[in-house]
Amino acid sequence: MVERRPAIDILAHAVLILGVLIVAFPLYVTFVASTQTAQDIVNAPMSLLPGGHLVENYTAALNGRSSGAGSTAAVGRMMVVSLVTALLIAFGKISISLLSAFAIVYFRFRFRMLAFWAIFLTLMLPVEVRISPTYKVVADLGLLNTFAGLTVPLIASATATFLFRQFFLTVPDELLEAARMDGAGPMRFFKDMLIPLSRTSMAALFVIQFIYGWNQYLWPLLVTTDESMYPVVIGIKRMIAGGDAANEWNLVMATAVLAMIPPALVVMLMQTWFVKGLVDTEK
Amino acid sequence: MGSISIRNVTKRYGKGPAVIHGIDADIADGEFIVIVGPSGCGKSTLLRMVAGLEEISGGEIAISGRIVNDIEPSERDIAMVFQNYALYPHMSVYDNMAYGLKIANVPKKEIRQRVDKAAGILQLSALLDRRPRELSGGQRQRVAMGRAIVRDPEVFLFDEPLSNLDAKLRAQTRIEIRKLHAELGVTSLFVTHDQVEAMTLAQRMVVMNDGRVEQIGTPETVYARPASTFVAAFIGSPPMNLLRGHADGCAFHLGGQVLPLAEPAPRNGDLILGLRPEHAALGTDKGWPLQVDLLEMLGAERLVHGRLAGAPFTVRIDGTLPPPREHSTVALQWPTRQLHWFDAGTGARIEG
Repeated sequence: MVERRPAIDILAHAVLILGVLIVAFPLYVTFVASTQTAQDIVNAPMSLLPGGHLVENYTAALNGRSSGAGSTAAVGRMMVVSLVTALLIAFGKISISLLSAFAIVYFRFRFRMLAFWAIFLTLMLPVEVRISPTYKVVADLGLLNTFAGLTVPLIASATATFLFRQFFLTVPDELLEAARMDGAGPMRFFKDMLIPLSRTSMAALFVIQFIYGWNQYLWPLLVTTDESMYPVVIGIKRMIAGGDAANEWNLVMATAVLAMIPPALVVMLMQTWFVKGLVDTEK
Repeated sequence: MGSISIRNVTKRYGKGPAVIHGIDADIADGEFIVIVGPSGCGKSTLLRMVAGLEEISGGEIAISGRIVNDIEPSERDIAMVFQNYALYPHMSVYDNMAYGLKIANVPKKEIRQRVDKAAGILQLSALLDRRPRELSGGQRQRVAMGRAIVRDPEVFLFDEPLSNLDAKLRAQTRIEIRKLHAELGVTSLFVTHDQVEAMTLAQRMVVMNDGRVEQIGTPETVYARPASTFVAAFIGSPPMNLLRGHADGCAFHLGGQVLPLAEPAPRNGDLILGLRPEHAALGTDKGWPLQVDLLEMLGAERLVHGRLAGAPFTVRIDGTLPPPREHSTVALQWPTRQLHWFDAGTGARIEG
């Protein structure tokens, strides 16, 4: 729309600015709180200008403290746990889905449709629904407080399989036939054709799944009891002591800001790929 | 070397009826064969069976004397050019052409030489670093041919490779394919539904209809002596006029009229009389009465569409001659030669 009507322009900008404020203000408050002392925060009204304790608070959060209410574990370690978990989930989901979609689209085997529907059914059974049996299995396998326990139950993914299946169906049959004439076997075709062609879809999925993995809350809450295996999202929760205890809100806020950085980075760095993956398929 | 022998080949899908009914053909080394027929006649299926992309339900196909029924496509020593080219979209032109050789573990240096040579022949040398989507339709078509050439196969298979090109480019590419064949001398099997392509490219053509071979022969033979009414109507544009009537010596009874013949029909009874539009001529007064419906000016020539005793009939006349008036009745000269006779029941040719 190319219209020149100042009133509408101003209105549009006003709405957008309002929207940005609504979204950005809590983030700003979080950041401001993370630069003040615990005392400053509880003094109502809290100052909306950044305080002078930024370095001190973040260092304390990252390295952990010797005393205080709630969990005092080092957030640095939690960030590593979260990062490893999110990466394992993202890569695991992508590789498993690629392979299962490849099998479903390109191979004629008995019970192929059964396999497809079985995968499809899990769409309706998210982790939350099957949480007790899954916990039992993971616990019996001795996987509590391990990366395997944190990631494996979350890796199987109907959504991603479905996405790759749809993409593979759009790859022309002649491409497969040309590759066959050139002497490429099934795995060679998978490696040389399908994987390069699904790069953009993989990038889009990576962004989505990384954030999904990073933001997991309920499942890690159940399977981790050891502070050294807390992901950062759980860490935040554990830092808040219940009851009347004086929480160190400045450190909680610093942790929250730290927890937001990696997903934000992933989105920003992979933005062009992400949009490409959702919009076009390179053909 | 490079010969193809097709023996009693049939194709059926699952338990369904056969779509190809026992085809026999022998193709000599270095021959350029065009398989032509209307869509759905099984010509692509036949080609794909030679390629190994479709299973052979019955019969045998041998390439260079070796039966290939159970041999993988890549091991049949063939190369195929697909209708949509099927170029690998994420690879450069060079990699597209080199892919098959890479898989065959040909040394890098030799791959380079072979790709460069093929690119030289096809004038692709300047485009080797491009991606397929950066190429025009004609260039993509040449890359698809290049991919076939670098493999240095015994047999080229073409599956309607020109149908995605515009008319001008198609004519040009046709000539290029001819030159290429003359240069490389590789046995080629070319599938098309376009009879002009078939006539211009073929050394011998296979005319197919409904899963059966109607005729195999040189373009000249197929045109001059079509083996059936199907071939007569399919090859040639506009198609041969076919008149279904009753022959009795030198008289041909058609729709209540009697057309006199210069020579007696090969036999008496129900027959189909065929006459190509260019072999009929407009006369003055004595002859077959043609009721003119419509004129079409094509430049060098003019088509006169009309009816002969109720049956549709087309005459091709020189464009410079004065045309007859539409909705008038003119006389057709008695044709003395180039008459074709077919059995009214089977449609098979009757030699005069």
